[in-house]
Amino acid sequence: MSEVTALTLTELSDRLQSAELTSTAVVTAYRESYRADAKGPQPLNGYVEWFEDALSQAETADAARRRGDGAHRLLGLPIAVKDNILIKGRPLTCASEILKGFTAPYSATVIDRLVAAGMIPVGRTNMDEFAMGSSCEYSCYGAAHNPVDRSRTTGGSSGGSAAVVAGNQAPVALGSETGGSVRLPASFCGVYGLKPSYGSLSRYGLVAFGSSLDQIGIVGRCPRDLALILAVAAGKDPNDETSADTDFTRLGDALARRDLKGLRMAIPQEFLAEGLDPEVRKVLDSFVEWARSSGALVETISLPILDASVAIYYIIAPAEASSNLARYDGVRYGYRNGETANLFELYERTRSRGFGKEVKRRILLGNYVLSSGYYDAYYKKAQGVRTLLIKEVGAVLSRYDLILSPTAPTPAFTLGSKVDDPLAMYLSDIYTTFANLALLPSLSLPAGRTPHGLPVGVQITGRRFAEELLLSCAETWYEEGGAR
Amino acid sequence: MSDTSNKLGGPSAETQASAKSTSSSAAGVRIEGGISYEVIIGCEVHVQLLTKSKAFCGCENRFGGIPNTRVCPVCLGLPGALPVVNLALVEGAIIAGLALGSRIAEVTKFDRKNYVYPDLPKGYQISQFDMPICVGGHLDVATEGQVRRVGITRVHMEEDAGKNLHLIDGSNMSYVDFNRCGTPLLEIVSEPDMRSPEEAVAFVESIREIMRYLEVSDCNMEEGSLRCDANVNLWISEGGSRHATPIVEIKNMNSFRAIRSALSFEVRRQLEEWKDRRLTLEAVGKSTRGYNDETGETVPQRTKEAASDYRYFPEPDLKPIAVSRVFVDALRTRVGELPEAKRERLKSQYGLADFDAETLVVSKRLSAYFEEAAAGYREPKKIANWILTEVRSVLNERNIEIDRFPSKPDHIRELLEAVDDGTISGKIAKEVFAEMAAAGRGPREIIAERGLSQIADEGDLAEIVDRVIAANEKSVADYNAGKDHALKFLMGQVMKESKGKANPVVATRLLKGRLSR
Repeated sequence: MSEVTALTLTELSDRLQSAELTSTAVVTAYRESYRADAKGPQPLNGYVEWFEDALSQAETADAARRRGDGAHRLLGLPIAVKDNILIKGRPLTCASEILKGFTAPYSATVIDRLVAAGMIPVGRTNMDEFAMGSSCEYSCYGAAHNPVDRSRTTGGSSGGSAAVVAGNQAPVALGSETGGSVRLPASFCGVYGLKPSYGSLSRYGLVAFGSSLDQIGIVGRCPRDLALILAVAAGKDPNDETSADTDFTRLGDALARRDLKGLRMAIPQEFLAEGLDPEVRKVLDSFVEWARSSGALVETISLPILDASVAIYYIIAPAEASSNLARYDGVRYGYRNGETANLFELYERTRSRGFGKEVKRRILLGNYVLSSGYYDAYYKKAQGVRTLLIKEVGAVLSRYDLILSPTAPTPAFTLGSKVDDPLAMYLSDIYTTFANLALLPSLSLPAGRTPHGLPVGVQITGRRFAEELLLSCAETWYEEGGAR
Repeated sequence: MSDTSNKLGGPSAETQASAKSTSSSAAGVRIEGGISYEVIIGCEVHVQLLTKSKAFCGCENRFGGIPNTRVCPVCLGLPGALPVVNLALVEGAIIAGLALGSRIAEVTKFDRKNYVYPDLPKGYQISQFDMPICVGGHLDVATEGQVRRVGITRVHMEEDAGKNLHLIDGSNMSYVDFNRCGTPLLEIVSEPDMRSPEEAVAFVESIREIMRYLEVSDCNMEEGSLRCDANVNLWISEGGSRHATPIVEIKNMNSFRAIRSALSFEVRRQLEEWKDRRLTLEAVGKSTRGYNDETGETVPQRTKEAASDYRYFPEPDLKPIAVSRVFVDALRTRVGELPEAKRERLKSQYGLADFDAETLVVSKRLSAYFEEAAAGYREPKKIANWILTEVRSVLNERNIEIDRFPSKPDHIRELLEAVDDGTISGKIAKEVFAEMAAAGRGPREIIAERGLSQIADEGDLAEIVDRVIAANEKSVADYNAGKDHALKFLMGQVMKESKGKANPVVATRLLKGRLSR
């Protein structure tokens, strides 16, 4: 059993194809792993729901595979899905009280594509409410726990997705990113996390947070697994105007390692300044050493505008969120409080009690920066600086192939240590948000561990739609033993 | 006055300039009880577009229906759903803008207008804020022989909201019908250039005429596909200085009659208020009043949000739209000649009467049908007459538009030509037309097949005439004795013998010739 749950998605796929394993056996193994953990003294709390009918879908998939050829590589393979991506007929809550009772009436495009290939969504994963948070603690289901050290956070907001992949409860998971929500938990839990370019994956059916930043992301155990999912899920979606006409299908079968010789990497010195944990720095340094010894050119550069990225992010994302979350008002679906009250009392009570503290904080912040009299000073200025950031990061990426940095300033922190200090929490995103703001693909790879055994991630960011370069470089690292 | 105050209820520069050429600027000034005042009105007209699907989703765009049946995740604003722009919305907006003489933006974008109400499922309306698709333009509006040029500030695209339904059965329940949600709308904003309620009515009527003619909207006020709000105040001249009364926005005017009476009431009310309390725009600002159709009065209305701050920002789910010149030029061709110009041309080119020209121009396709039918025909008025009587009665009967009428325009001309050249009589023509309208076949085919053409051949007719004379000796004698009515009887017999196909002109001539009175 335990052997099955430790395999990568690619390995599972190979064994299903060679009939060494069945989908039923795989799904059963994961279900047992999840159940055993849930009964333990401190469960991961990565899933908010395990789909019991996943097993019967596995049986159907096995039958289909037995019936004949032409079966997709992903047929019968399980995937965990963050609780803000719609799966038709399943509950969806975004880990918020306000959506309790809501059932998805349609599936996200990405889900449709993965299911069409035969994948089996096995459960909904835990997250910070509406993806707002960096520790997976702002959840109405309680915090997820880091499989490496259960007293620590998984990082957020896609903490559940990283926890189930790192904790052998799913081979791969979908998360979502607005400012680092896939890469940060991947770094904290010691797995691979990809935030594709804005537009690579359709946002249709991903609950909106910051629409100009949001992107579905993938958490996996190796770069090939990420490529497998990306290959199937990416591409233009007529239901999402902002989706791009990308074609990553070739990555599905043929993600190859890439020789690093001659590759140019830039490390912004702004990401090495005060606040960076020395143990994280050590891991980064050893990664740089590896890259150089593999023939890459690694240079430290100065890109001062990066210092503004968290500030821009915490204006634009809440502004868009304040508008995106206006629809949760108790009128049509989800939680309602104030059945007998007048209309505005109904709104007030529903939203006061339905939303958690952090979500309300960001709604207030967003409404503030958009309000007349403040719009120019905050939102408009932030948009201006964002444009400048896109330009300056673009200039760096015209001289370098990749921007290299730590994923987060620290390893996984202790549960509860930052929940009441929003500013400290926001700074967890200090290295990640610029990629969302600049619409770029960015990947966190497990680069090493601290002396206490905590995983540390290194982040590589490339030009827009250069996902293949990120994945193939990560594959080189993976094949040379830099795995978890 | 400064430019800013011009915007707030003064005449716009465009009107002042145009006043010289198109209207008498003094026309707007009224004097009552020693107070000299001018009425200032600006309109915001909402027009629902006749697109097949809604503005941002694939749901059918049609009025009514069982509540909440024409909805989908997108127009219901469900979590995760995203809008996609319907190109027909952009086309409709550009066509409207071209007709109003607007400048079409090279780049336009959508914005979110944030406010909460149960009929607005996303908590924001997709609209346009600072980069509307059409800017500027004007409309010349005629009232009682006077023409006023009304400036167009802008035309922008947005989506309609749903409808709140409040039960009056004592249950105190409210429901929401989302069928209308996402219906494509144009908001046409005028400059405050109208100087009387009549001009405001004429302005909205002109908008309706143009939108209908271009088939952009059916502009049905009862169904809400044309809606109008108006801003009104007075400029009062007293003792050498000018005062503006507080601007009032009037909502809920659901007919042309309502627009006229709401504005007339409001003008009187503001005049009385000025006499009593001397309130000015500077002191009071702007307020909203609703029109009560039963009392004919405007009443203060609580606005949705007291000090509404819509927190507009660019809609991140939709890409900005680059409007190419080629695209606009193609639509310009589609717009073609506008109703007013076409009316004038139909009158001068075809010699049509005012009423006929006006009726034909109600629809672009109807006037095109007429022109095609009239091509190369000597008496276009006769064609117009046929179309406006015979053809139109079939259209009304079947409740169809001209493009679904089975007969081609050429057929109408051929039918009238057949009458002209004596092939058939006017009476037979109506029979032939009935068959044309039923089957869509050409008149010549029908005439030939049913043997309806008249006997105009003198030889054939002479034979019939001789037979009739031989069989009716008494009538012949009567006629020869000076009784004219006997000729009528004999003609009747000829028609009877010929089964109605005798050419009456030829038959009469032959008859008279043989009777030698």
